[in-house]
Amino acid sequence: MAGANGGYPENSILVVADLGPDGEILTSTAGLIGAAAAIGSPVALLVGGLPAAAKAASAMGAEVVLTAPGDAGSLTVPSVDALQAAYERVRPDAVLLSNSIAGRDIAGRFAVRAKLALSVDAIGVSRDEEGVVAHHSVYGGAYLTQSAPTFGAPVITVRIGAIDARADAATEVIEELAVTASGAVAATAGEIAAVEKTSSRPELRGAAKVVSGGRGLGSKEQFALVEQLADALGAAVGASRAAVDAGYIPYAHQVGQTGVSVSPQLYIALGISGAIQHRAGMQTAKTIVAINKDGEAPIFDVADFGIVGDVFTIVPQLIEAIEARKK
Amino acid sequence: MKIYVLVKEVPDTYGDRKLDLETGLADRAAGDVVLDEITERALEVALTFADKNEGTEVVALSMSPESSTASVRRSLAIGAGSAVHVVDEQLRGADLGLTAATLAAAIRRGEPDLVITGNLSTDGSGGVIPAMLAEHLGFAQATALSAVEISADGVSGTRAADAGAQQVSASFPAVISITEALPDARFPNFKGIMAAKKKPLEVLSLADLGVSADPAEAPHTIMTTVSEKPPRAAGVKITDEGDAAAQLVEFLAQNRLV
Repeated sequence: MAGANGGYPENSILVVADLGPDGEILTSTAGLIGAAAAIGSPVALLVGGLPAAAKAASAMGAEVVLTAPGDAGSLTVPSVDALQAAYERVRPDAVLLSNSIAGRDIAGRFAVRAKLALSVDAIGVSRDEEGVVAHHSVYGGAYLTQSAPTFGAPVITVRIGAIDARADAATEVIEELAVTASGAVAATAGEIAAVEKTSSRPELRGAAKVVSGGRGLGSKEQFALVEQLADALGAAVGASRAAVDAGYIPYAHQVGQTGVSVSPQLYIALGISGAIQHRAGMQTAKTIVAINKDGEAPIFDVADFGIVGDVFTIVPQLIEAIEARKK
Repeated sequence: MKIYVLVKEVPDTYGDRKLDLETGLADRAAGDVVLDEITERALEVALTFADKNEGTEVVALSMSPESSTASVRRSLAIGAGSAVHVVDEQLRGADLGLTAATLAAAIRRGEPDLVITGNLSTDGSGGVIPAMLAEHLGFAQATALSAVEISADGVSGTRAADAGAQQVSASFPAVISITEALPDARFPNFKGIMAAKKKPLEVLSLADLGVSADPAEAPHTIMTTVSEKPPRAAGVKITDEGDAAAQLVEFLAQNRLV
């Protein structure tokens, strides 16, 4: 291939695809590619993905898909080695990864290794005359900031679910990437125990709709009300820290500063007072609905539609009305 | 065994947290500051091991302004044997790259077997420092652990990762980060507070560590704009009089959400 950057487009944006434990592509990858397409030409890197995942990345808009073998038994390092090889080959204007646990780990190690500036938890990216700029929402959404590198290509982790843009499908161009192992010491990783799926509910992270419950639900049994409304809406289930601490639902469902940050189209808070730590994790939602019997609850300050009332009375009526609309 | 624990002073999330709209830096005078709870939990992991294993050295490490000495002392009062406080005016507004390089230099100097950090701080919530440290130090890294077992030659635990839980293990030297699933820190008692006054607290500068903050040496991330988001306009708020569910469904339908 000709050209200083090996024939890749001048304005390439390298995207590290999100893959599930079985090597299938995760839908969050579409948001990364969508963000990349808005500022350049998306080139996707798949480490240890299935052949179908590479095709899916093209369908999501990746103009070139680079594939590298993974090593599921070795934590993070194989992905960093592959990213290093891809970066050297493509010489992109920016590297985008998901702001997931895996994405952050790869981004952190890679930024140090490649001596590149790192921006984390972006809710958007843009381009100015000097290069790629990351947009952030910080301190629980109270401030909007932008960041850019002093020089060089930025490495940016992007908040899952924050990017609405999707790229048009691209022609399939799939290339195998040769990767030289760095020999960096890695932790040994065992099998991933799949998160128990009790229903066809979407994953909390990246869900378009989320129904969350708080201590107002009163007990683990009564928390089922949250799940019933979530199922009626096709929503993911979230919870406040109080509900998690009370044992109503596992920690993986915790929304907030120290749990999962969500940016859904619709967020419904049931029996959640809205401590700032919780609001920090959900107030970038497009539409917020709150139902709480305490009319003074701070959650109402951020709610687009608030109902002061009893969740045990209102939610069953709500489910009934939603089901009726479906018919 | 020597364990370094990263501790961090953060603005108290129970109060208002502010960014200076001129500089984009945290306004530390705006509210109370506290030792970040997740870093106290990280300290607890080290102390629990030290309780059962004589000869364990637990060092608290913090990179923060001079004003946060009290928070560093708190980690001594909770039970760390000594503390290292990296203070340098050139670190004001340090980005993740400079922060990681500085912390890595301090850790390298102490030659610990294990470094324990929280998974995400409540202020920056970057969650990348543990991986950056591992790369700088050439250590194995195991992040997001919801259970930790430390042995004589390595560390293992349950990683609560994106796709599901998995067992991970690493030989020393290693960096781990822990989640909120681990127990809260013990409370400093009077004896601990008194003892803390006599424990070694070493203050280091960038020059002591041989780290350069020169912006020409490596790319830095700079904040180019900062603005306060207008508070979310409070929307409709009704009191249920029997028809609230119907009104809500109407609202959701208008917004194409059902």
